[in-house]
Amino acid sequence: MSLIHEIDYGTPVSKSEKLVTLTIDGMTVTVPEGTSIMRAAMEVGNQIPKLCATDMIEAFGSCRLCLVEIEGRGGTPASCTTPVMDGIVVKTQTERLKQIRRGVMELYISDHPLDCLTCSANGDCELQDMAGVVGLREVRYGYEGENHTKLGKDESNPYFTYEQSKCIVCNRCVRACEEVQGTFALTISGRGFGSRVSPGMDEPFLSSECVSCGACVQACPTATLNEKAMYDIGTPEHSLVTTCAYCGVGCTFKAEMRGDELVRMVPYKDGKANRGHSCVKGRFAYGYATHKDRILKPMIRSSIHEPWKEVSYEEAIQYAASEFKRIQEKYGRRAVGGITSSRCTNEETYLVQKLIRGAFGNNNVDTCARVCHSPTGYGLLQTYGTSAGTQDFDSVEESDVILVIGANPTDGHPVFGSRMKKRLRQGARLIVVDPRRIDAVRSPHVEAAFHLPLKPGTNVAIVTALAHVIVTEGLVNEQFVRERCDWDEFQEWAAFVADERHSPEAVQKYTGVDPALVRGAARLYATGGNGAIYYGLGVTEHSQGSTTVMAIANLAMATGNVGRNGVGVNPLRGQNNVQGSCDMGSFPHELPGYRHISDDATRAAFEAMWGVPLDNEPGLRIPNMFDAAVEGTYKGMYVQGEDILQSDPDTKHVSAGLAALECLVVQDLFLNETANYAHVFLPGCSFLEKDGTFTNAERRIQRVRKVMAPKNGYADWEVTQMLASALGFPMTYQHPSEIMDEIATLTPTFRGVSYAKLDELGSVQWPCNEKAPEGTPIMHIDGFVRGKGKFILTEYVPTDERTGPRFPLLLTTGRILSQYNVGAQTRRTANTAWHAEDVLEIHAHDAENRGIRDGDFVKLDSRAGSTSLKAVISDRVSPGVVYTTFHHPVTQANVVTTDYSDWATNCPEYKVTAVQISPSNGPTQWQEDYEDLSRKSRRIAAE
Amino acid sequence: MSHSTEDKLVYMANQIATAFAQLKHEEAVVQTRTHIAKFWDPRMRAKIAERVAHGGEGLSPIAKEALEGLPAVKAA
Repeated sequence: MSLIHEIDYGTPVSKSEKLVTLTIDGMTVTVPEGTSIMRAAMEVGNQIPKLCATDMIEAFGSCRLCLVEIEGRGGTPASCTTPVMDGIVVKTQTERLKQIRRGVMELYISDHPLDCLTCSANGDCELQDMAGVVGLREVRYGYEGENHTKLGKDESNPYFTYEQSKCIVCNRCVRACEEVQGTFALTISGRGFGSRVSPGMDEPFLSSECVSCGACVQACPTATLNEKAMYDIGTPEHSLVTTCAYCGVGCTFKAEMRGDELVRMVPYKDGKANRGHSCVKGRFAYGYATHKDRILKPMIRSSIHEPWKEVSYEEAIQYAASEFKRIQEKYGRRAVGGITSSRCTNEETYLVQKLIRGAFGNNNVDTCARVCHSPTGYGLLQTYGTSAGTQDFDSVEESDVILVIGANPTDGHPVFGSRMKKRLRQGARLIVVDPRRIDAVRSPHVEAAFHLPLKPGTNVAIVTALAHVIVTEGLVNEQFVRERCDWDEFQEWAAFVADERHSPEAVQKYTGVDPALVRGAARLYATGGNGAIYYGLGVTEHSQGSTTVMAIANLAMATGNVGRNGVGVNPLRGQNNVQGSCDMGSFPHELPGYRHISDDATRAAFEAMWGVPLDNEPGLRIPNMFDAAVEGTYKGMYVQGEDILQSDPDTKHVSAGLAALECLVVQDLFLNETANYAHVFLPGCSFLEKDGTFTNAERRIQRVRKVMAPKNGYADWEVTQMLASALGFPMTYQHPSEIMDEIATLTPTFRGVSYAKLDELGSVQWPCNEKAPEGTPIMHIDGFVRGKGKFILTEYVPTDERTGPRFPLLLTTGRILSQYNVGAQTRRTANTAWHAEDVLEIHAHDAENRGIRDGDFVKLDSRAGSTSLKAVISDRVSPGVVYTTFHHPVTQANVVTTDYSDWATNCPEYKVTAVQISPSNGPTQWQEDYEDLSRKSRRIAAE
Repeated sequence: MSHSTEDKLVYMANQIATAFAQLKHEEAVVQTRTHIAKFWDPRMRAKIAERVAHGGEGLSPIAKEALEGLPAVKAA
């Protein structure tokens, strides 16, 4: 194994279809028009010296190293900024060029600290490389000049240093921040010899606008911006390509290693989801994998009031199996179940649902997708015939109008957010539908054409109002609808939405949105060219979550925005493998590939492969499991990689359900909040320690590669396999590739998937089968999967969670860039530097009415419970609306959320809770009691 | 919402019925029934069947009619 070196072509690829032929150093080269001479040379293996050029950003032409000669032309043009032309003859190495380059290098080196042997970039420095490439053997200006070392280092960022003395002012970091990330946090301050990179107004990196995505570090050719791990460990010596375990974007990284120590995660340019970009989580926040809190030995206890006892895997597995068997004997076959993880691999979720269906003999299996995107699965299946988004992420590059509903891409899906902002800077128009003024509404060089700041819980009303405008103003794409959709159903829908009660003016009383904004947004979406919709949990986590998904699908069909590049309906999945866990049959009513459990033929195929009869009745969904546990009919549960106590709504009810279980088995990296109620703890392993696949939001199946041995001894799939065998349902897979082979055999949309194909192609998007051997980037191109697209009537039904005198404000929840979900991983990294606690955003008007000042501790009360946290006065939220995150167990924001849920899927209504805020002196009784329970429950007996 | 499982099931059945209420009555009843049969665990269906057998208090007309036609749950 060696270090993967990706070719740097110096300038980005040209997408022109017109080809140009030229001669470079005697070789004939044919490349797309618009290609730089530098890139054309690299295409035939001639690496022209360069410092300010790199292929992730546009050419800049400042370093003067990449000069070439062109026959018949005077001068020595920069090859990075000079495009190819038909018939030109280029020379990249002549005496004149050699002399110029040496002279330029002498100037660079004359004020550079020559501490190469102790420099963190020693062996990984382009300046060092170029000195060698140009044959620099002396510096005529001497070595005693100003070397800037007295300028010191900025070490404020937890992950990288800024060493000003090493800066050669190539501008690569500034341009990467602008072009790749789109934050514009960096600039060059000073003039001439004093020019240096400056975060913000010469601020430390940590307190500047920098979002720590790492693009600048990646772009830096010297040690100016360098990972602290490179200082601490040294340079890596081998690497493997793997997939990030954070959000649903599914970025590909090179895990660069020294021995079995991870030195750094470097975004992979060939990664088809991220195209070489990253965010602060995937790039830097992997320290949790080696955090001292990790539990590496199995543990058991007969009561949650006892301390844990460390035992062998065999003892823990046997204990768990005997308990599940005892419970089933006493309470019945359906008294146990389990939850698969959207953070684990496809193979692992497949095995957990297989264990539950095959060994437990029931269908009480669910996944954390229940509480995030289950309405997507339902809504898109009804309307289009597939429980998944329609596009790949590249598609956004061809969008003209981007409609973002209930999503905050720059925080929740940062790499997609950057790609979206890049397209917006190129001229695409943006519509944001969100109660909160998210960053995309207005940030450097991006401004939404329309922001519809609706009241939480009124999505259906606003999307149906958009449809009203499109239908009543004659903006429907009738040709598309006639060809691709059921015309009768369309007519019924058109008549429904055209009713005056759905007009922007009529629904304003619910939504609070100016009708003129709604009309403008509808016209823009319908007539602005390729219209793409991206949505998130602000759509799904409502009592009408599924209805909104169907309303969105209606909108795209009515305007013909389905079935080609640049358009579509795109759910932004929260966790890394939400799509995959759903694909793998994690829902209680369906087997892998979204086939209902009552279908005899499908069940028969699985029964034949697994050698056991399968229950034909749907099982319990997660919220139903808690209800059944409280009621006494559900007594045992196996939870892999999900912290339901912290992530699920109405915490008091969840804790009552968990406390009622006689056997709770938790498999996780840490003693999470759910483990406070567990009887068996099985150590989990991180994504760095196992093989498998994740499927991202664009249906892209990508490899997860083991770069180090499991610190707990076994990969998660091996532990599930041991438990299944102990339950009398033997599993004997030797490698996850064998599990994928079984999935492919049993699942029509995965039939063409294998590890060999993934290794060959890098990734594939399902459906991948005989009809689409290399996968399907864009869905529904020639017709909808279900046949004719189905328009569904979407009547707005207000939630029963209402404000009133006791609870006059509406709370909505979300996430922040630096933290991830319940924070189990990111809280155990230096990302806490940006977000050490959850805070409550409140408008100044509401704060003043309650005597609350910025930074005050406040009590947050709802009908479900109360908690306390700090208030931050913010104009991001409108009066009447407050907002918080749920990353920290100390706050437990879900103590206040209710158990109202989506009518079709029981996806909880996290986004709407009526609350009251009042000044507070400290934690609530619940917080104190829970802290006490948590402390006692985490005791581990001395050996 | 109440934490009584039976009341919660009534609430859920009414939510489903409301979602289909824009359809013709017969179609709304069929869709509500199909949805519950497809997604509810047998113990949930058995419990709401008990409520229906005792008059179906709290159920909307569409939900009640849908549940009256729901096939009986077979023993596990």
